[in-house]
Amino acid sequence: MLSDFGTIFLFILAAVALVSMMLGMARLLRPNNPNEEKLSTYESGEEPLGNANVQFNVRFYVVALIFVLFDVELIFLFPWAVVFGNEDLIQQTNGQWGWFALAEMTVFVGILVLGLAYAWAKGYLDWVRPEPKTPHVDSPVPTSLYQQVNEKYKKS
Amino acid sequence: MEQVAFYGFSALAIISALFILLTRNLMYAAFGLFLALVGVAALYVLAGADFLAITQLLVYVGGILVLLIFGIMLTRPADERPDAATRPNRIEVVNHRRFWGILVAVVLFGVFLYTILAANFTLIGDVLISRSTIRTLGVELMTSHLLPFEIAGILLLVALIGAAYLAMNRNPSA
Repeated sequence: MLSDFGTIFLFILAAVALVSMMLGMARLLRPNNPNEEKLSTYESGEEPLGNANVQFNVRFYVVALIFVLFDVELIFLFPWAVVFGNEDLIQQTNGQWGWFALAEMTVFVGILVLGLAYAWAKGYLDWVRPEPKTPHVDSPVPTSLYQQVNEKYKKS
Repeated sequence: MEQVAFYGFSALAIISALFILLTRNLMYAAFGLFLALVGVAALYVLAGADFLAITQLLVYVGGILVLLIFGIMLTRPADERPDAATRPNRIEVVNHRRFWGILVAVVLFGVFLYTILAANFTLIGDVLISRSTIRTLGVELMTSHLLPFEIAGILLLVALIGAAYLAMNRNPSA
C-alpha cells in the first residue's frame, strides 16, 4: 500500500518541482519594467472598480454545502466500487453479491438524490438572474408617433 | 525513505500550524490550514490508514476548506473607508483572546499527552504490514455494517436539507 502512495508522493514532488522551476526560470528570463496598466487587476479588459473585498452572495455557500455533502457520499462509494464487481465474491454467492451490492448502493444514492431534489425544488440551486435595466425616458412624445414615423419611412 | 517522508510531512504539518497561529491575515491562515491538513493526510498514509487519508484529502482539504474560505468571504462587512478601492485587501484578525487561547491550548495538549502516555499500544515494536484496507472496508460496509451505512445516508440527507434551509432562510434579502 505504501508503494502505491509512493506514486502519489512522486506526483506531489513533480508538481512542486515543475511549478517552482517554471516560475523561477520565468523570473530569471523576463524583463521587469512594470507600469500602471500592467499592475492593475485583470478583469477581462474591464477597468477594475471599487474594492474586491465585498460580501459574497449566500448562494455560493449553499452550493459549497451541498458539494461537501456529496463529497462525503463519494467517500462511501469508494470502498463499494472496489468490491462491487469482485469475481470471487460473486462466484461464492452464485451471483447474488453483485445484485445485492447494487441494490444497497441504489438505496443509498436514492436517499441522497431526495436531498438534491429537495434543494432543487425549493430553488436553493437557482441563480439570481440580473434583471435587464431598460432605459426609460420621460418624453412628451407618445410612442405611437415614433411608430408612425417608422411606418412612413419604411423601405418597401 | 519512509522516515524521511514521515519527518518531512510532520515538519510540514507543524510549521504550517505554527504559521496559522502566528499570521494575522485570516486568508493566509486558511491557506496554511490547507498545508497542515495535507501534512496530516500524509501522516495517516504512513500510519497505514489509507482510507482515512483519502477521506481527509477529499472532505477536509477539498470541501471544508472551501466552506471556510467562503465563510470568511461571506462574513466580511463592506469596507466603508473612502480609499477602500486602492488599499490592499488584508483580512486581519483584530481581536485576540490571548489568555483563554493559551489556557485551552495548554489543557488540550496536556490531555493529549496524558492519553499518549497512558495508552498501552499493543502493536508497538511490530513491523507495519501495509496492505490496502479499502477492500476490507467495502466488504464490511456491504455485509455486517449495512444498516449503519444506510442510516449514514439518511443522516447525510437530514444534514443536506437542514444546512441548505438554514443557510438560505436566515438571510431573506439573498
